[in-house]
Amino acid sequence: MKTETSAVDIDRNKGDFFYPEAHVRDAGAGLSERTVHYISDVKEDPDWVREFRLRGLKTFLEKPLPTHWASKDLEAIDFDKIRYYLSPGTEAKRSWDEVPDDIKRTFERLGIPEQERKFLAGVEAQFDSEAVYSNIKKAVGEQGVIFVGSTEGLKNYPEIFRKWFGKVIPIADNKFSALNSAVFSGGSFIYVPPGVKVKHPLQAYFRINAENFGQFERTLIIADEGSEVTYMEGCTAPKFNTPTLHSAVVELVALKGAKIQYITVQNWASNVFNLVTKRGLAQENAEVKWIDCNIGSRLTMKYPGVIMKGRKARGEVLSIALANDGQHQDTGAKMIHAADETTSNIISKSISIGKGRATYRGLVHVPKHLKNCKNNTECDALLINATSRTDTYPAITVRGTGNAVQHEASVSQVSSEQIFYMQQRGLTEAQAMSLSVNGFVNDLVRQFPMEYSVELKRLIELEMEGSVG
Amino acid sequence: MTKNETATIENQAAPILSGPAESREFPDWFRDQQSAAWKLFESLPKPTRKDQAWRFTNVGLLDLSPFRYGARLTEQEHATILEQSRGLEEVAGRMIFAGDELIERDVISDQLKKRGVIFQSLERAMVEHADLFRKHFMSQPAKLGSAKFAALHQALVSSGTFLYVPRGVEIELPIEIFHWLTGENASAFPHLLLVTDELAKVTVIEHFRSVNEHVPGFACGVNDLVAGPGAKVTYVCAQNWADNVIALQMNSTTVDHDASAMSLNLHLGSRYSRFESLSRLIGEGGRSDLLAVAVAKHEQEFDARTLQDHVSPHTASDLLYKNALDDRARTIFGGLIRVEPHAHFTDAYQKVRNLLLSDDAEANSMPGLEILADNVRCTHGATSGQIDEDELFYLRTRGIPVPVAQRLIVTGFLDEVVQRLDHPAISEHLHRLIEGKFAKNRD
Repeated sequence: MKTETSAVDIDRNKGDFFYPEAHVRDAGAGLSERTVHYISDVKEDPDWVREFRLRGLKTFLEKPLPTHWASKDLEAIDFDKIRYYLSPGTEAKRSWDEVPDDIKRTFERLGIPEQERKFLAGVEAQFDSEAVYSNIKKAVGEQGVIFVGSTEGLKNYPEIFRKWFGKVIPIADNKFSALNSAVFSGGSFIYVPPGVKVKHPLQAYFRINAENFGQFERTLIIADEGSEVTYMEGCTAPKFNTPTLHSAVVELVALKGAKIQYITVQNWASNVFNLVTKRGLAQENAEVKWIDCNIGSRLTMKYPGVIMKGRKARGEVLSIALANDGQHQDTGAKMIHAADETTSNIISKSISIGKGRATYRGLVHVPKHLKNCKNNTECDALLINATSRTDTYPAITVRGTGNAVQHEASVSQVSSEQIFYMQQRGLTEAQAMSLSVNGFVNDLVRQFPMEYSVELKRLIELEMEGSVG
Repeated sequence: MTKNETATIENQAAPILSGPAESREFPDWFRDQQSAAWKLFESLPKPTRKDQAWRFTNVGLLDLSPFRYGARLTEQEHATILEQSRGLEEVAGRMIFAGDELIERDVISDQLKKRGVIFQSLERAMVEHADLFRKHFMSQPAKLGSAKFAALHQALVSSGTFLYVPRGVEIELPIEIFHWLTGENASAFPHLLLVTDELAKVTVIEHFRSVNEHVPGFACGVNDLVAGPGAKVTYVCAQNWADNVIALQMNSTTVDHDASAMSLNLHLGSRYSRFESLSRLIGEGGRSDLLAVAVAKHEQEFDARTLQDHVSPHTASDLLYKNALDDRARTIFGGLIRVEPHAHFTDAYQKVRNLLLSDDAEANSMPGLEILADNVRCTHGATSGQIDEDELFYLRTRGIPVPVAQRLIVTGFLDEVVQRLDHPAISEHLHRLIEGKFAKNRD
């Protein structure tokens, strides 16, 4: 195996295998009230959750697809063919030994338990709709940190869960957040008590194993006053012949002075529709930082956002997207300034290879009568081949004086002089190209945790193979 | 209004929404085009904010029901308009329109005429130069959102300017065109059809003004600007409609190989003004410069939409839009650089800068890029900020009072754009207009 030392699997080929299905719970294909009731019954939802789901379904059916601005490729999703809930019908295991053998084999091939031993503070592994394994290191648990699946979270910690659930991203935020609200299952619930700084990252691992399946995990992370936490997620799926849908909702709440860092390495197979809503709320002096790397999927539409609600709150999005043949990475960021002295920073780098298309879509909003808000946005795009495509669509609204907002974007290609120079030094054209691309993302990658930056660079090299000549 | 009432008010012109007037004397083919355009106008839906091309726009302002065709001018009004149509000191030719009626045409010099320059009204050109007219008149589709209003213009346009500059002819002095809105709820449909042949050179400045400063009105103009191979075309618009005017202007520029086109739009007047600029670079070596300056005060809303469309390889474009916003004013900039497949070696630049002078002003910027080729260099930037305290402090230490210092900084900010024109007389004229707007607001 190539990536033994890696924190998370981002070698595309490594995820491309699957085991025969043995699901006990299956909601069947198509979406109706019956599907929602089935999921609620299986999960023994409290009444308020069942109602929440039904409202989600109603909103989903009412809202049109956003194809007036988004890719028409969305129309290729056949909502009637998708299976909305599949699970082995067992509780998540606390010990790796108890995980059923076939599932265990899946995650062992992906190197999950090994990584846990190495440096993670906790791991949750989701297989199709439900978590199959969830564990947190004893020392971290003793500090009062809660790290469980969303189902367990809403059952065992309703007083914290219910207060924030659906508050950062309302049901009707968009068609896909409504869909998630109707059929959500899995995902993580994390609560970090006041002042607790979780040293090592918590990690979730998402795996789609079944064909025609839709994965709709729901994650809620609450960092109480003065606490700090880093969360990482990784995802893979085998490449089936029919498209698969992944539509998650992730809500982050950073209370006064708290810091949340959320890292995603998205490496879905190239026929997954990845339509995800992610947003954080930052109270006074709090910080929410999204590190978002999109390498896989057929179409990704994801614009992580931060609502800076308290004075001096900070929001940051660092985004890297790599679009290869047949892929459209439609990514970006939303920064909503809602208090004085809030600052936000967006840095986006995209690389389009072959017929790939990378799109940056951004929103920066500074409403009336705020003072000393600052936003900085930088988007750089690199085009490798003549058939590659890149787009940039920012929307910036600034009201009033006393704020500073700047947006810059550039599009370029690898300079032929650079390539020529490196070839003079004995590198092949492909090696030179790969080195140039790594140089392009380097200043951003350096800000990532070390394990990620090493792995990301390897992955970029892999993707670059055969892209020249 | 019932039919009887209409009959009793003899001098009142018909509402524009009643459709094209029957009485006009146009060739049959043009009438057919107009009735087709009217049908299109009626069939197209009204814009809503959900359309990406109308995002952030206060679309509620686009109620056309009060507006009427321009009434006939009295002799007194005629004289006043001629008196007030003062722009540049020296011009090569001049046309003055009041409510779509050509009231004066200062003939272009005999020498230019002999060399084949055609400078005449649109309605004459459609008869005398039907081929040129039909080839270029509204030949570009309205791509930037206003297809409905372009159709309205096409259905109701009744006059305008036709200017043809033949091969190798360079007109040094600018051509000047005035458009006046007259009377309450009057409307105008200004049109400029400018065709330059190979290596020709011309500069046109259009003034948009109202006879009465406070009455509502409506203007819906289209310009077709064609820069032939190696030609050099400069187009300047000085928009100073009255406070209550709703205005839409759709310009499309075609830039052939080795040609260069420069446009500068100055926006001072109107309640709502939308300006769409499409610049298509269709030949290698073509270059397009798009400049704009807006001074937005009170409730004014300026809505600029642009498309730098690189169709051919080896083309360049450069856009610089600057807005100064005071009171409750709003500006919208929606711009796109599009590099079509195979348009390699494109060099495109786009920059919008907003200077906010009040807490209630709102600047919206949407600078976009769509790149479908490689080997390109495209950059864009958008900034929003306020007057630099250090600059203000510096001027105050030199004994300049705050309001004067502020005005100096703002006009300096805007002058950078105006100075890009290589016609000092026009730059000077625009500078005076900008100062005039600040002076007016001090009262």
